[in-house]
Amino acid sequence: MSTPWIKKTAAELADALAAGEVTSVELTQAHLDRIAAVDGDATAGIHAFLHVDAEGALAQAAASDERRRAGAPLHPLDGVPIAVKDVLATQGLPTTCGSKILEGWIPPYDATVVRKLKEAGLPILGKTNMDEFAMGSSTEHSAYGPTRNPWDQTRIPGGSGGGSAAAVAAFEAPLAIGTDTGGSIRQPGAVTGTVGTKPTYGAVSRYGLVALANSLDQAGPVTRTVLDSALLQELIGGHDPRDSTSVDQALPSLVDAARQGAAGDLTGVRIGVIAELSGEGWQAGVMARFQESVDLLVKAGAEVVEVSCPNFVHALAAYYLILPAECSSNLAKFDAMRYGLRVTPDGDPSAEDVMKASRDAGFGDEVKRRIIIGTYALSSGYYDAYYGQAQKVRTLISRDFEAAFESVDVLVSPTAPTTAFALGEKLDDPIAMYLNDLATIPANLAGVPGISVPAGLAEEDGLPVGFQILAPALADDRCYRVGAALEALLTAEWGGPLLDKAPALPENGAIR
Amino acid sequence: MPEISRDEVAHLADLARIDLDDAELDHLAPQLNVILESVASIRGVAGDDVPPTSHPIPLTNVFRADVVVPGLTAEQALSGAPASEGQRFSVPRILGDEQ
Repeated sequence: MSTPWIKKTAAELADALAAGEVTSVELTQAHLDRIAAVDGDATAGIHAFLHVDAEGALAQAAASDERRRAGAPLHPLDGVPIAVKDVLATQGLPTTCGSKILEGWIPPYDATVVRKLKEAGLPILGKTNMDEFAMGSSTEHSAYGPTRNPWDQTRIPGGSGGGSAAAVAAFEAPLAIGTDTGGSIRQPGAVTGTVGTKPTYGAVSRYGLVALANSLDQAGPVTRTVLDSALLQELIGGHDPRDSTSVDQALPSLVDAARQGAAGDLTGVRIGVIAELSGEGWQAGVMARFQESVDLLVKAGAEVVEVSCPNFVHALAAYYLILPAECSSNLAKFDAMRYGLRVTPDGDPSAEDVMKASRDAGFGDEVKRRIIIGTYALSSGYYDAYYGQAQKVRTLISRDFEAAFESVDVLVSPTAPTTAFALGEKLDDPIAMYLNDLATIPANLAGVPGISVPAGLAEEDGLPVGFQILAPALADDRCYRVGAALEALLTAEWGGPLLDKAPALPENGAIR
Repeated sequence: MPEISRDEVAHLADLARIDLDDAELDHLAPQLNVILESVASIRGVAGDDVPPTSHPIPLTNVFRADVVVPGLTAEQALSGAPASEGQRFSVPRILGDEQ
């Protein structure tokens, strides 16, 4: 039996479209059928999507097929469907950020990333679930109910972009867009056995991305293979005059780097294992798979050394001051006046009363926690001791990266300390939840790129483990080269992609 | 060790324009204490000689050409408003009785 369309990679789908073996309408319908069969709703099923736009996606697919027939595709990925995290503005499609405060909001404009997808002809299947305003590591902080991990539906799919990662892992979409503020692309990738890339800060426009923390947020690809990730980053990346923090400098070819890496030769590549990201609190099965991957890279010709980044131990504390500070300021715009929820208390309430009641009703616990911590950290008596210190520690972490990259080309670590934990386990324990981001946060603080590639299954629970590769700013190509090499070597050992080992999902066409 | 009282949390929530009720204060105040304790380790880590970083990739003045580009129409801008009147956002009173 040949591989069904939904199980093929985006690169394979692009080739099949170009060869006329399939139409975009057929591909889009196949993915919509899969969504209808396995996605379910807040109470059961994967629940990767908050909104599915079957009609819009099929119309875009039909237009794509027209272009193909006329011999004028817009892009190699023209006609390959994609899912978009619900934090990116999509004109005409609801954008909630997983929050009640934006329930039913339909943006009057497209994010630059979304505009680029539309201009390249990718049908948008729908919007994916996420922790409210991207605050979380499990997607349980979504106001619309959690997403479930396709490997084990009693477990978290990671977060905040658990919807995008689960959609790709469950073959509901070949590609998805995520955003990574402290690991929200890479950690869901790790726990769902998929690939997630956080580009260099500024390499992909933030215009139309509803800001959580401006200096940390970065949109990027969520895929099943390293090559697909490279294809997607090349499509969505590039300078955008509408984002003043956008980097006006071309990156080396990411697709070429992925193809070069896939050949499996890493002769001359210097790899540093981050000493601080191991030890107590790191699951044995995670460390075992990580070490095997490192050994494979050595076999492929890489030179591997241990590197110390002494200030990484302070990264979590710095992050959980900088992020709340920025988010308390960013989320002030949800004031019940221009868009979003408005709750009007009884009597003759003032605008301020309405604002307070609306924000209380519209924000969930985690958002409230972070806004209040941020308000505290920015208040006059504590500013220097907390926010000021955190900004200085950020400098020290960037210096650690600079020093490390003087002697190695890339740094590596496990993407997350553990495999997927049970839904509900850490929901009301913020610190336990924050620790999931230990390994991913330093890259956001320093603005450097990172990728998570599946490294196998942990022995104790049979759940996916992620391998993280970090590179200097603007050297995203190195992540793709090393990531593709590891992927090729591991896939050869496994005899196929890791997702082949995932359990078949129960299909229930009647669920919605 | 930072200690943040229930009253202080209520004050901060007020500053952040979030109307927390008693049950929420009881639930959130202890959690906020735990979070603050866990980030307190950062105090004193970096000396006066370390400059702060506010932005990861150094940038200097970002300008664009001063040209008119199309913006949202009034209808688009008002499309998500909880209430509007004519071409304006309609909001509750902004002044109290004493003003």
